[in-house]
Amino acid sequence: MSVFLSGQADIVKLVFVYHHYYQDMTLSLKTHLFISLVFLLFNTGLHAEENGKQLYSNHCAACHGIQGTGGVGVPLALPDFQYGVTNDYLIKTIRSGRPGRVMPAFTQLTNSEVNAIVKHIRSWAPGKPFKYSDKKISGDIKHGKKLFAQNCAVCHGANGQGGQGTGVTFSRPRDLPVIAPALNNTGFLAAAPDMLIKTVLMNGREGTPMVSFLKQGLSEKDIDDVVSYVRSFEKTPHPKRIITNESLLITGESPRTLDETVAAVQRAIVGKNFRIIRTQFLNQGLAAEGKENRKQVVIYFCNFNTLNRALAIDPRVGLFLPCRITVIEKEGKVLVTSTNPLYMSKFFNNEELDKLCEDMHQVYADIVEEATF
Amino acid sequence: MKQTIFVKVLSACILFALSSASYAEELIMARTNQTFPEAMSKLQETIIKHDYKISRVQRIDIGLTKSGFATDKYRVVFFGKEKEIDLISEKYPHLIPYIPWKIAIFAEQDNTLLITVDPMRFSDKNHPGADKYLEQWKKDIEKVFATLRDSD
Repeated sequence: MSVFLSGQADIVKLVFVYHHYYQDMTLSLKTHLFISLVFLLFNTGLHAEENGKQLYSNHCAACHGIQGTGGVGVPLALPDFQYGVTNDYLIKTIRSGRPGRVMPAFTQLTNSEVNAIVKHIRSWAPGKPFKYSDKKISGDIKHGKKLFAQNCAVCHGANGQGGQGTGVTFSRPRDLPVIAPALNNTGFLAAAPDMLIKTVLMNGREGTPMVSFLKQGLSEKDIDDVVSYVRSFEKTPHPKRIITNESLLITGESPRTLDETVAAVQRAIVGKNFRIIRTQFLNQGLAAEGKENRKQVVIYFCNFNTLNRALAIDPRVGLFLPCRITVIEKEGKVLVTSTNPLYMSKFFNNEELDKLCEDMHQVYADIVEEATF
Repeated sequence: MKQTIFVKVLSACILFALSSASYAEELIMARTNQTFPEAMSKLQETIIKHDYKISRVQRIDIGLTKSGFATDKYRVVFFGKEKEIDLISEKYPHLIPYIPWKIAIFAEQDNTLLITVDPMRFSDKNHPGADKYLEQWKKDIEKVFATLRDSD
């Protein structure tokens, strides 16, 4: 939607064009366009302004909390965050997200809807946020790199890749109240002007571990150097995600009978240090007892170390759980099939999870191969 | 003639814009102010109201507390309709490893979070017949989540 008609002004233009050509149209074209226009008006979010709270609830609250107190996402209601970022920063962040760092790009929202969400977020901290000039900071990148390694890398990572894990409190104790943002992220660099980065470095951000580096002994010139170094991340291509065009399934055909294949899958699972949780029929629990389809067998399994590792990376991974292999007999063939963790991982926008799913993809592939060998 | 082409192009743009507007997030998520037991109960009740059956509730919390997690309230709820599961597993076997559909539900302090994948992400142009089921599941899940969001 935003590509063509991103705001009320565009709608006005469309109505004007529609009116201009109206006289020359056939009746069917007039009808067709009129209906389209009516639908369009209802879909552009012209009424979105009043629905900021609802839009926030639908799109943002799950991660950022109903009152912006944070969760998997940063605490947006934090006063220092509210006053330290511009509306433009928020809008760009909503639009572009943080590639590979959980926050998705909300490209499907209209400009009116994004503005309504920003307005709702701003309602938590009445007052005017900082205004930043577009001034580019030109510091000594080499010196900035040295200072970054000494002062910033401990939280933000040696290459500005950010802290590990997601969010604030997500169901487990945290060493830090927020996870240090990835400063080398293309979404962050596009949203944050130099002066915003400089201001945060100079003042810190109360309520987070980010301290004032002026108070830590850096000069304004030093801070300019660090800002220039951070900005130089734009020139370093961010590693692309592992996931490209992954297939939906991992599948193999077994030379054995269904029962023999189920036993072979179970042996292969145990051989990979996973524990069998349960073996059941696919429609068990839905079909009446004794009436299940016995040619569709699901084997659920788990490894608690892997489970805890996954939950530490992204607590939403319950959608992968428990691990599962399905054995089906169809038209005389016995097939062993599983979900592809990499196919699923692409929905989470989490590079750390991609890496774990790459490992799990191999585990699944090995089990399927061994059970069908 | 010129106007006809213009109108056709304009119509195409409008249709494209409308289809873009219906683009959705990959994960469907909801947060409710309800405590975990309340939300869990409401979730199951609402799923059943939409004519689905809960096939199983899987605990994920075994050992979580011992591993340093602050919550032990984490479940995965599997649900479906027997006839649909039978039909889909027969006609669209590529979906078998992903059914019955599931919703992860877990506590975050005093709130409860729900999450699932948008079923339409499994739409396949080679199997367009499956879309009507995936679309319906998506609509129903959105309604279920909306109910949970509004149940504060």
